[in-house]
Amino acid sequence: MNWAEIGTYFAAICLFVGAFFALVGTFGLIKLNDSMTRLHAPTKVGTMGIGMILLASMVYSFVQGQGSLHELLIMAFLFVTAPISANFISKVNIHRRSCDTPPELAKTEEWSTLVQREEDAGAHPEQTLSKG
Amino acid sequence: MIRFFNWLFPHPFLTLLMAVVWILLQNEFSWGMAVFGVILGVIIPRLTANWWPDRPQGFRIVKMIGYVLIVLWDIIIANIEVAWIILTRRNKNLRSVWITIPLDLRSPEAITILAGTITLTPGTVSADMSNTGHHLLVHALDAKDPDAVRDDIKSRYEARLKEIFV
Repeated sequence: MNWAEIGTYFAAICLFVGAFFALVGTFGLIKLNDSMTRLHAPTKVGTMGIGMILLASMVYSFVQGQGSLHELLIMAFLFVTAPISANFISKVNIHRRSCDTPPELAKTEEWSTLVQREEDAGAHPEQTLSKG
Repeated sequence: MIRFFNWLFPHPFLTLLMAVVWILLQNEFSWGMAVFGVILGVIIPRLTANWWPDRPQGFRIVKMIGYVLIVLWDIIIANIEVAWIILTRRNKNLRSVWITIPLDLRSPEAITILAGTITLTPGTVSADMSNTGHHLLVHALDAKDPDAVRDDIKSRYEARLKEIFV
């Protein structure tokens, strides 16, 4: 066994693990039945699934003798942007009341998604959404 | 001299980060590109400094690296746990709850990193903040004891972030 072979096997194992977690994440998206719990499944694909596949790509590029570090950047950008989309989806869920209502806070505080502004007063939630 | 240094590098870490990202984007190292990356890293933070007046002043890079390693390790562990839950647990047996986390952090940058960390760790998603910025709303997929999850997040992530942003 030389280094090239070890690297190839390592890349293969990484690909397998990444594909497994992507599969479980997709399965969770089908299986879970509540809009908030369903949000938990894609976070797994976004971290472990993509991360392992990118690691395999990086290791294999070094085995081939033309090393590439672009994958580190892809991973960094994914890790920075993924929480924002998850946050937006959960805010929409709270707005549409399609999940349990969050617990109440002490009297002077409110969840910022649920703050009633004056122009929203009396409007139906769906109408507020479609107005954008 | 120190004032000139602070004027030229309003955010030294950002300068370093931009230079490294520029070199990584090239995907092969050459000195010309490295110098150009450093030039970009000096010019862009200098030009944008006026729009970021209350940027965090102290930032400990060494502790940040330790924090990133801890988070990566937690992501791997939590991935396996959540995969096991999805594959073996019935939907009606899931104990998914909202968790309210009182925040000690006040700097917006630190709270952003904390919320991002919570979302990246499978099993918890940060959903909302209170209008005063003193509480964070987190949704947990399966929590036997919500208070334990809250204390875990506070002691494991928030305490470390408080040391990073001084």
